[in-house]
Amino acid sequence: MIPMSYYLILSSLLFSISLAGIFLNRKNIIIMLMSLELMFLSINFNFIIFGNYLNDIVGQVFVFFILTVVAAESAIGLAIIVVLFRNKNSIDVEDIGRLKG
Amino acid sequence: MNIEIAVFFIFAFFLIISSIGVITINNPVKSAINLVFAFFSSAVLWLLLNAEFLSIILILVYVGAVMVLFLFVVMMLDINISQAKEGFVKYFPIGLIVFISIAGLLSFFFYNQFENSNNNIITEINILGEDNTKNLGYVLYTEYILAFEIAAMLLLLGIISAITLTQQKNSENKYQNPSHQVNANKKERLSVIKDEENKL
Repeated sequence: MIPMSYYLILSSLLFSISLAGIFLNRKNIIIMLMSLELMFLSINFNFIIFGNYLNDIVGQVFVFFILTVVAAESAIGLAIIVVLFRNKNSIDVEDIGRLKG
Repeated sequence: MNIEIAVFFIFAFFLIISSIGVITINNPVKSAINLVFAFFSSAVLWLLLNAEFLSIILILVYVGAVMVLFLFVVMMLDINISQAKEGFVKYFPIGLIVFISIAGLLSFFFYNQFENSNNNIITEINILGEDNTKNLGYVLYTEYILAFEIAAMLLLLGIISAITLTQQKNSENKYQNPSHQVNANKKERLSVIKDEENKL
């Protein structure tokens, strides 16, 4: 049997790697979106682990809903990136900050 | 050494390596491929946790649909790769600090909290029987039916908003211009022509 703490440490490592990825890739918004996907993956890991720990299937039900929401979110995010690239000809995050009061 | 532990360590290693690859590799196409590999190894780990349905869904939906969408967008956009990694060295120290602090904190907490709860991963969740998919469907279609339908509406919303955002105005289509219509005055629209020949 695999101890539960191994799974939890794995998911926390995954979460912090993806958090560092958002800091590192300031120029490329697509890789920021990919880091966000990895972050959602680690959250889903935690849901499944604790669902097994508490012997409750509801953890897996919530993973199902999170997968749905993430699919919709990434589709809309990529559409926004396409529109952004069409208008500004770059996907640099620093070029987006034009909405100043 | 148990074969289960061996499989866990192999795929956990693959998962960590490929997720590091996602955030460090220069080329967006290659990092998308790394992300596919990360999803694949986490699907194997979910199989170890007895979540068979979700691991199949992860491969079908993510590797099959979402990552293909990512690859399409990456290939459609003409990204300057050399420029895309400019700030990497500049932001590397703060990224490392964030990684070490968050990973250390979470791992320390989880290790201390769940160190003694060895073998607490229960291999089967019994509501109706052994079948994971059956159990999940039973809960999903009874207790969570409203949330399920809201999720379906959310997917419809995703389709509509993605299409609306990326739709370009076609010059052959006919559009009304409301401000032009409101600003029209009599002089633009009406002209009196004197008809000399057919004078009554």
